[in-house]
Amino acid sequence: MTLLDRSIVELGRGLRTGEFSSVELTESALADTRTVDGELGAFLRTTAEAAMAQAAKADRQLAEDTGNRSPLLGIPVAYKDVLCTKGVETTAGSRILTGFIPPYSATAIERMEAAGAVGLGKLNCDEFAMGSSNENSAFQTTRNPWATDRVPGGSSGGSAVAVAARMVSAALGTDTGGSIRLPASFCGVVGVKPSYGRVSRYGLIAFASSLDQVGPLTKTVEDAALVLEVIAGLDARDSTSSSAPLGDLRGALKAGVSGLRVGIPKEYLSMEIEPGVRDVFDISVSRLEAAGARLSEVSLPSTEYALAAYYVIAPAEVSSNLARMDGVRFGPGFGSAPNLMAAYESARHLGFGPEVRRRIALGTYVLSSGYYDAYYLRAQKVRTLVSQDFEQVFKEVDCLISPTAPTTAFRIGERLADPLAMYATDLLTLPANLAGVSGMSVPAGFAGGLPVGLQVLAPYMGEATCFQVAATIEEMAQIWQIRPAGHANLESPV
Amino acid sequence: MTSIWEPVIGLEVHAQLLTASKMFCGCRAQYLGMAPNSNTCPVCLGLPGTLPVINQVAVQLTIRTALALNCEIPEFSKFDRKNYFYPDLPKGYQISQFDLPLSLNGLLEFEVEGRLVRAGITRVHLEEDAGTLHHAGEIQNASFSLVDLNRAGVPLMEIVGEPDLRHPVEAPAYLAALRRTLIYLGVNDGNMEDGSLRCDANVSLRRTGASELGAKVEVKNMNSFRSIQRALDFEVARQTELLDQGQSVAQETRGWSELEQVTVSQRSKEEAQEYRYFPEPDLPPLVISRAYVAELRAALPELPMATRRRLREQYALSEEQARLISETALDAAYFESVVAAGAPPAAAANWQVQNLQALCNAAHISVSGCPVRPELLAELITMVVTDQVSGAVAKEVLAEVFETGARPSAVVLARGLGQVSDTAELERLVAEALAANQKASADYQGGNDRALGSLVGAVMALSRGKANPKAVGQLLRDRLPRK
Ligand SMILES: [Zn+2]
Repeated sequence: MTLLDRSIVELGRGLRTGEFSSVELTESALADTRTVDGELGAFLRTTAEAAMAQAAKADRQLAEDTGNRSPLLGIPVAYKDVLCTKGVETTAGSRILTGFIPPYSATAIERMEAAGAVGLGKLNCDEFAMGSSNENSAFQTTRNPWATDRVPGGSSGGSAVAVAARMVSAALGTDTGGSIRLPASFCGVVGVKPSYGRVSRYGLIAFASSLDQVGPLTKTVEDAALVLEVIAGLDARDSTSSSAPLGDLRGALKAGVSGLRVGIPKEYLSMEIEPGVRDVFDISVSRLEAAGARLSEVSLPSTEYALAAYYVIAPAEVSSNLARMDGVRFGPGFGSAPNLMAAYESARHLGFGPEVRRRIALGTYVLSSGYYDAYYLRAQKVRTLVSQDFEQVFKEVDCLISPTAPTTAFRIGERLADPLAMYATDLLTLPANLAGVSGMSVPAGFAGGLPVGLQVLAPYMGEATCFQVAATIEEMAQIWQIRPAGHANLESPV
Repeated sequence: MTSIWEPVIGLEVHAQLLTASKMFCGCRAQYLGMAPNSNTCPVCLGLPGTLPVINQVAVQLTIRTALALNCEIPEFSKFDRKNYFYPDLPKGYQISQFDLPLSLNGLLEFEVEGRLVRAGITRVHLEEDAGTLHHAGEIQNASFSLVDLNRAGVPLMEIVGEPDLRHPVEAPAYLAALRRTLIYLGVNDGNMEDGSLRCDANVSLRRTGASELGAKVEVKNMNSFRSIQRALDFEVARQTELLDQGQSVAQETRGWSELEQVTVSQRSKEEAQEYRYFPEPDLPPLVISRAYVAELRAALPELPMATRRRLREQYALSEEQARLISETALDAAYFESVVAAGAPPAAAANWQVQNLQALCNAAHISVSGCPVRPELLAELITMVVTDQVSGAVAKEVLAEVFETGARPSAVVLARGLGQVSDTAELERLVAEALAANQKASADYQGGNDRALGSLVGAVMALSRGKANPKAVGQLLRDRLPRK
C-alpha cells in the first residue's frame, strides 16, 4: 500500500487532518517516479523542484485554512506532454520539439495549478498524440503496469500508466479518437473524454483541432469528476470552448441508474470483440439491468464509415497544424541546406517519426485540389451523418454503453507493422470525437489478467449522465482498489 | 492606331486595417518603427498550442468597407486556412477566407478623365498579414535571411475587383478612388510606401468585342500609383506584341521591376501554389445578424463622391476645388468649418487648397491637423475680404499662424501689418513712386492701362505690401489725368 492507493477524497481527508503533508505525499510520489517508473517509462521528465515548492505552498494553505478548499489542493498529478507547461520543456513526444520551452501553460494546467494540484512532470505519449499504443513516442517505450510486455494503449499512455501505477492521483490526457479512453481501458483506470468545447484547448499542441479534447485520467469516477470540475469551462483564449454548465457531477455519482435508458449500439457489438472483453461487457450490462437501468439495442448506422472519415479529417488537420514545425524556430534545425525547400524537408524528415510523416502525407493529399471533394468534403458529410446518428439515438436513450476497445492491451510491437490494424483499435471510440459528444471509459473487470474498460457515451454536454452510469459500474465491479503489482497473472476476478 | 486587342484588368488590393490590435491576438496592429520581433506574442509567433481569437473590430471595419463598396453581406461567413510554407508565415498557413467571405458583389464608382466608370467588386474579405524578411543581400544569393514577425497577424482586408477595367489609365484612378474611400471610412491609412495599402493586378488581352478572356497574367510589386500605371502600360504592350506576332501569352505571375521598368516572370502556371484551403477548425463560423449590418450601414459616413457633389452644389465650388477639398473627409470637414466660421466659400476653398495645403505639404502634416484652426483661417480670410490686409500680407500672416497657431489679427497688430488706407500717407508714397517711375506715368497718360498696374506695384513695394491697392489705384488715376 502506498498513500496514492487512496482516492483523491481520501487523500484530501488525510491532508486536512494532518495525517500526512503534501510534501510527504509528493516526496513519496517522486520517489516512485524514480523507482517504479524506471521500468514503466511513463514520465518523460519530472519537475521535482517545482513540485516540492508547490507541495510546500499547499501545506501552508492547508495549515492556514486560506480558503482554498479545492479537493485537488496538495494532490500529486502529472500532464501529458502535448500540454504546454510554462518554463518546462514540452515535446509532444516528438524530436522536432526537442528543447521547446513554452512561455505559457495550457489553460487546463493553469486551472489545475490554481486549484493547488502538485504537478510532478510530463508524461510520455505517441508523437503529437498520433497512435494507440505509445509506441510512436520518439523518446521511450511506456509499458503497461499490468503486463510489462504489453502496451499501455495510446496516445495518453504515460498518463494512464502514471495513474494505474499509483505515481500520481490524476493525470491530464487528450483524446482525439480515443486517446484517453483506450489507455484508460488498457491500464484499468477511469478516463474522460469531455464534450468538444468543454475543456479549453489553449496550450494543447494540436493534433486535430476539431476533434481534440483535454480530459482527466484517474483511479476513480469520483476523482475524475473532481478534476473535470476544475479544468472545464469557457476560456477566452479558445474560441471553440463552451460556457455550457457542467451540471451536478457529484450528485450524478450517487444518483444510481434506476429508470435510466441505456442503449447498446448494435454496430459496436457486431464488431470483432475479444471473448473476455465481451464477457465483462455482458456481466456489466446485466448488473446495470439489475440496478434498474432500462437497456435496449439501438442503431448508429453510419458507424462503418466513421473510421474512414476520421482518417481523412484528422490527417487533413494534422498536415496543417504541424506545418509550423518547420525547423526555423525550434527542433533540430536543418544544418546547411542548398535552398529553403531542402531546409524544410531536412528539418521535417529529421524531426518527425514515420507515423506522423504518414499522416501529414495523407492529409496533404486529401486537401489537394482535385481530391478535396472526393475525400475531405465527403468525410465531412460522413461526419455530419455520424453526428446525426447520435442526435437521433439520444432521443431514444439517455446514454450508450459498449466496450471501450475490442481487445485488452496487446503486446509491444504486435501491431507496429500493420497501421490499419492499429487504426482499428479506435473503432469504438472515434465516432464520439467526430460527433463531439461526451464519453468515458470505466474499469469494469479483467480478461486474462488484463483490465477491461467499458465506454459510456452521453449527449453533447451531457457528462453528468456518463458519470452517473460509470459510478454505478464502478460500484458494482468493486475493482478500483486492485493495483497492478502482483496481479498480472491473476485470472479474471469478474 | 487602335489595337484589335482590348485590355481586361482587375485589381486585388490589400489594406491593413486601422485596428488597435492584431487580427487574432492582443499585439499592436501599428508596428512601424518597433525593434524586430518586439511586437509579438505566442499567438502571432505561431507557437505550438496557441489559438487565434477573432478581432471583432476588424470584422466590423471590413463589413463597413464592404457596405461602402455596395457589397452584399451574407449572414454566414467563416475563416479558412491557406496552407503554404514560407519563413514569414509562422504557422505554415495564413488564416484567410475562401468560399464564404464576409462580403460579395459590390461596386466602385470613379472618374477617369472626366468620365464616370463603374467597376465591380468581387468580394471584400478578411485575413492576417505575414511577417517580413530581411535578406542578407539579394534574395537569390543571400546566405541567410532574418525574420521579423512584428507585422505577422496584422488585420488585412483584401478587396478583389472584377476584371472591369479596360485601359491601364483606369487602374490608378480605381485605386485612388478606393484609397480615398478607405481613408474616409477610417479603416486604412492609404500609405502605399509603407505597404499598408498594396495592389496587384490581373491583366489579359482579348480581341475587341470578344467575350472570353485571354490568358491571365498577375502583376505584383507595384508600390505606387505611378508604378501601377507604368507596369500595366508595359504589360499591355508586351502582350499586344506577342499576340500581334501570333504568339500566345503564358498564364503566369510577373513582378514589376522599378529599376528596369519591365515586368519579369516570377512563377508559371505549372508552378502555381497549391494552398489546400480548408475551414479553420480553431474558429467558429461567423454569423452576421441583419440588425448588425443595418446598424453599420446607418453609421456609414458620407463617401467621397457624394461629398464632392455636395460641396460643388452647396458652395458653388468648381469641380477642381470640390475634388481637392474632398480628398479626405477631414479636409472637407475643415473647409466646412472655415465657411461656418464666416469665410466666403470661394475664398475659403482657394486659401485651403492653395496656400494652406502648400504649407502643410512642406511640413508633412495634414490640413486638419495643422496649427491653423478653421476659425483662424476664417478670420484671416475675413480680414482680406474687408480690406484690412492685402492678399500678399495675408500670406505672410498665414505662414506665421501656421508656425505659432496665433490669431491672425494679433499677428497683424503685433507686426504692424494693417493695410494703409490713410490718404496722407498714401499720397506721400504715390508721390515717391511717381517720381521714381516717370516713364510708366507717361505711358499711362499716353493710354497704356497696364502701366497703371506697375505703378500700383511700385507703391505697394514702397509700403511693404501694406497699402490698400484699391485706394492707391484711385489716387494714381487722380494724379495722372488723361487728356
Ligand atoms: Zn501577438
